[in-house]
Amino acid sequence: MSDLERLSDCHETDRAPGDQLRGEFSDGPKSYVIGLALASLLTVTSFYVSRTSLVWTPSIPVALSVLAVAQMGVHLVFFLHISSGPDSTNNVMALAFGILIVFLLIAGSLWIMSHLNHSMPPMEKVIQMQR
Amino acid sequence: MFGRLTWTAIPFDQPIPLAAGGVVGLVLACVLGLIVVKGWLPYLWREWITSVDHKRVGIMYTVLALVMLLRGFSDAILMRSQQALAFKAPGYLPPEHYDQVFSAHGTLMIFFVAMPFMIGMMNFVVPLQLGARDVAFPTLNSVSFWLTATGALLVNISLVVGEFSRTGWLPYPPLSELTYSPGVGPDYYLWALQISGVGTLMTGVNFVTTVLKVHAPGMTYMRMPMFCWTTLASSLLIVGAFPILTATLAMLILDRYLDFHFFTNDGGGNVMMFMNLIWAWGHPEVYILILPAFGIFSEVVSTFSRKPLFGYRSMVMATMVIFVLAFTVWLHHFFTMGAGADVNAIFGIMSMIIAVPTGVKVFNWLFTMYGGRVVYSTPMLFALGFMVTFVVGGMTGVLLAVPPADFVLHNSLFLVAHFHNVVIGGVLFGAFAGYNYWFPKAFGFRLHEGLGKASFWCWFVGFYVAFVPLYVVGLMGMTRRMQHYDVPAWHPWLLLAAVGALIILAGILLMVAQLYVSIRQRVALRDQSGDPWDGRSLEWATSSPPPAFNFAVLPNIEGEEPYWGVKECARKQMHLDNEPRYEEVEVPRNSPTGFVCAFFATFLGFALIWHIWWLAAVSTLGAAATFVAFAWRDRVEDIISAEEVGRIDRANRRARMEALTRMQTQAAE
Repeated sequence: MSDLERLSDCHETDRAPGDQLRGEFSDGPKSYVIGLALASLLTVTSFYVSRTSLVWTPSIPVALSVLAVAQMGVHLVFFLHISSGPDSTNNVMALAFGILIVFLLIAGSLWIMSHLNHSMPPMEKVIQMQR
Repeated sequence: MFGRLTWTAIPFDQPIPLAAGGVVGLVLACVLGLIVVKGWLPYLWREWITSVDHKRVGIMYTVLALVMLLRGFSDAILMRSQQALAFKAPGYLPPEHYDQVFSAHGTLMIFFVAMPFMIGMMNFVVPLQLGARDVAFPTLNSVSFWLTATGALLVNISLVVGEFSRTGWLPYPPLSELTYSPGVGPDYYLWALQISGVGTLMTGVNFVTTVLKVHAPGMTYMRMPMFCWTTLASSLLIVGAFPILTATLAMLILDRYLDFHFFTNDGGGNVMMFMNLIWAWGHPEVYILILPAFGIFSEVVSTFSRKPLFGYRSMVMATMVIFVLAFTVWLHHFFTMGAGADVNAIFGIMSMIIAVPTGVKVFNWLFTMYGGRVVYSTPMLFALGFMVTFVVGGMTGVLLAVPPADFVLHNSLFLVAHFHNVVIGGVLFGAFAGYNYWFPKAFGFRLHEGLGKASFWCWFVGFYVAFVPLYVVGLMGMTRRMQHYDVPAWHPWLLLAAVGALIILAGILLMVAQLYVSIRQRVALRDQSGDPWDGRSLEWATSSPPPAFNFAVLPNIEGEEPYWGVKECARKQMHLDNEPRYEEVEVPRNSPTGFVCAFFATFLGFALIWHIWWLAAVSTLGAAATFVAFAWRDRVEDIISAEEVGRIDRANRRARMEALTRMQTQAAE
């Protein structure tokens, strides 16, 4: 893979995840520890919130969703090293692409599947017709 | 011991598959025998089977595609002759066999002809055009190829052992469920595609990384040749779409093997979910195939018009717009299956919008030719044939994108004619253009022009004679996949279509003859300079065939069409750049990982199809062990010394200098 290394010299600003320069790792463990702490905190909070009476009961699913999204953010930033810096343009683009495809597929499927009986006669009528 | 596999699996009572299988087996045995007797096996193993060189892998992909094209085309001849004969008669293919023939034809042509052909071109050309030494992950590349070959092998085994799927090229449930297809047919289909799908997905990852990360200094995105852009778009589509296919087929596998109810009629399953998911992959798939072809045509049109590509930036934009929109049109494959007007209208409009960037591309090619000195070589003829044919196919596609019209034409032969119009006229003509165009780069001698042109005309005329009648009978109401019929009005058209298939057969035979004659006359057709077409991109800067390391010194790119710039400069000053200082080059070390993995994957697939569980377990272990062995290897690279690099490159420089002097004397005369 040395060609890859040599070739990417001229693309210093654009690195893949895990593609760290020598010496850079010195501040690495710190970000993982912060990430671990935040992720554990969010996990514990989620379990706590799920059966608490501190918040208004119907709002519990909303709270859980918010915590889940925060959890994703923590994972992306601290473990997958997605940042807004110029060195992760490709990673951010890849993430955006992934989210777009998943959104198109899930939203499209839900919409299509909810619509598929639209041109069908109601079930009672079909049963009547078969009699 | 052998699961469902017994002697009854071999169709002794059916002469056609048995004879076909026998002939294939005989040919295979002869080829293998020849290889062993001539002592070519060590050479093949060392230089090809274990090779991780992107050029070798690309050539092997192309060979696989060409061989499978012969198999897929013989299915086409069977179908055309059956429909020509089966007017008020049973024909010669019984329904259960005819159903397997059209299923195998579609499966082979899409997955094991069109895909490997395009991926082969990508493999061979993209690193050369980027000025790189190899793809990002060379060994992974070899694994991808061999897994694809495994899939092709499994489909072909089904010819003799058991049966193939009878459900069409997409296994629509409930027909493909255990209740209605209790045999091994759909299992052959499912496992062949799952295994080769892994290979395709890894190819996608490999080429996204290669185009984004591995290029020569100065090769910025907006300087990349068009083919690299279309490869990037196509690979991104693979990465986005193939997981959907894998997941969908996995759900069908769970239905068939473990009694799940994803797509069954009862137990809460929903058949329509399969249509939805399979086409969410299926529509991007057609762009995965056509986009690289667009790239090939861009290269060919610009080279043979002696002009830079017209509207390069708009071409890049059009490619990327097609790439995004490809994920927003999939419902147009099932307009008639119950959706309401809102859904149909939106997807119909999206389908028409996606024709716009394609139109932009067609105009760009036309303007590239405008004012150029067009050379009508074989690749250019295929490009011109493509422009005419593909526009017709695109028009019928826009027609099918109108939901009310689709209600009349859905699943008719009009549809069959439409997609053959775009796949043959687009993908296959693109592949053939690329095959003729890059062949001298790959092997160091050109293909015979006269036979190439003859094969083009047979393909071109044969296509129209074979498929225009299908448009006609489609409008008359003939549905696809009919084993027999009794409408007198259809019969003459189907006879005509059979004649068209015979003309295409002549085109294929001429291609075989072209290859044979070119090999025989290789000395006369030798490409001395490495630049037989007066090309514009970097692959023509190196010798033909290129050395293992592609470029002795990585080129420094200073603008679009880098090689053209260097060449113009050399022609003006009548000498080459000064000889560079050669350094040693590291090339990735060959590895049998791909072949060994695929060997185990073949047994794994076969064992899962026939429920031979112990063999499945053993092969899974074997494949996993291969990966562990690969991960623990000590040496990952071979080193080519500076002297060796210099020796090879000096020969290339000498050839180029000679070409330059030849030009000078010609100019003096």
